[in-house]
Amino acid sequence: MAEAKFQKVETGGMNRRRKVLLIIAAGVLALAVISIWGACMDPAKYAPNYEARRLMPSLSHLFGTDHQGRDMFFRTICGLSTSIQIGLLSAVISSLVALFLGSLSAVFGGRVDTAVGFMVDLCMGVPHLILLMLISIAMGGGAAGVITGVAVTHWPNLTRVIRAEVLQVRSAQYVQIARKLGMSKWHIAAKHIVPHVFPQYLVGLILLFPHAILHEAAITFLGYGLPLDTPAVGVILAESMKHLATGMWWLAFFPGIALLLVTQLFDIVGDYLKILIDPHSARQ
Amino acid sequence: MAILEVKHVDFRYGSGPWILKDISFSVEEGERVAILGPSGYGKSSLAKVIAGYLQPQGGEVLWEGKPLPPSGFCPIQLIYQHPEKALNPRWKMKDSLEEAGVPSGEVLTEMGIQEKWYERWPNELSGGELQRFCVARVLKPETRLLICDEMTTMLDAINQAHIWNFVLSYAEKHNMTLLAITHNQYLADQVATRVLRIPELNHIQVDRSEL
Repeated sequence: MAEAKFQKVETGGMNRRRKVLLIIAAGVLALAVISIWGACMDPAKYAPNYEARRLMPSLSHLFGTDHQGRDMFFRTICGLSTSIQIGLLSAVISSLVALFLGSLSAVFGGRVDTAVGFMVDLCMGVPHLILLMLISIAMGGGAAGVITGVAVTHWPNLTRVIRAEVLQVRSAQYVQIARKLGMSKWHIAAKHIVPHVFPQYLVGLILLFPHAILHEAAITFLGYGLPLDTPAVGVILAESMKHLATGMWWLAFFPGIALLLVTQLFDIVGDYLKILIDPHSARQ
Repeated sequence: MAILEVKHVDFRYGSGPWILKDISFSVEEGERVAILGPSGYGKSSLAKVIAGYLQPQGGEVLWEGKPLPPSGFCPIQLIYQHPEKALNPRWKMKDSLEEAGVPSGEVLTEMGIQEKWYERWPNELSGGELQRFCVARVLKPETRLLICDEMTTMLDAINQAHIWNFVLSYAEKHNMTLLAITHNQYLADQVATRVLRIPELNHIQVDRSEL
């Protein structure tokens, strides 16, 4: 009887697990398709075509065209691709900084901990967007400036999380017991500490993408980021502002929605990944 | 010769009030000693100091006349009151059980550990089931002194009796010394050959009834 009950619960769990896996896979696939499609796109697709200017969205131009007759759909895809790549690069750099500083802070404690805490406070004390702009301008603008800016300003939150996680697991009873059972430092680091911190790190990394992407778009929109000739969502949105008054609403509407959807996709992938690797929900 | 010597041990957490003051006693090899006392008298802290989890601010704990070895399998093993904290929540039961080698078949059978539990996570078993794993994992020839800190508090009477019976017979057979920490006078009388009362051991000046 009890056996049968257990079996039933378990098959129910497999279905949910599969559903979660499916959602994650679909999210990752959609993001991969957009970034590869955009990166490999022939620039002729969104080149100016003065015979098709200011067209409303239609089947031949899904997102309409702008005042130079550029197809906004292909331009948006290309822009999103740029955003995803920049987001990916800067989120990875930021998260590695966070991993390094967070672990350093937790393992050494004392003055190292104070120093890292000071850096975190310093970075969080300055308004984020201002700091981003300053770094981007100091680096001479362009893609390099944006990536550096986004990468060196997104680590503080994750650093705090990782520091707390490492501290917690290091003092956990099961880790102390493992030491008393004669396990080596390497065994404890590899079997207890890394598996505890890595999922938090991974989820933190994925949840950094939307931040990085939105900040990239924001400083580009304000004119301190990517140059005007790159197809970027920030550039598209900034340009569209000039044409809103003439009634070309689609210039801002579709790229804005697309940017929102992409950031949401990252959020969804991150949240579902959390469900998947947390032991309290892993079997549900 | 005493196998364990606790000499004038003082302990407190950080700069808080003293928990243990000038505690001294010794345990002979193969003896079964119970430390009895009400809640809040520092029994668990004393257990952690003896097992080397906490360092005393004063005095020393000697194992066979020497301080405890800092690394390797510790001859003094402690079983905690809270098994759910003593097991890595991200490990399946089998991995936790076999972290320091596979326990003998006799231990597994006598502790009532079922193989279908092996592939489960700690949050899927009850406190009593988890505690069996925690006990089984330290019942090894290398363990010379076992400290049981309220080991069976979360179990029903029948399982308590079963686990204690087995631990006692195991201790007898393998000449393992036992130190049972409990607030239960009846349990202390049942399992121990000598009962130490912590209010008499602990020379703390504060009147705890006022705390």
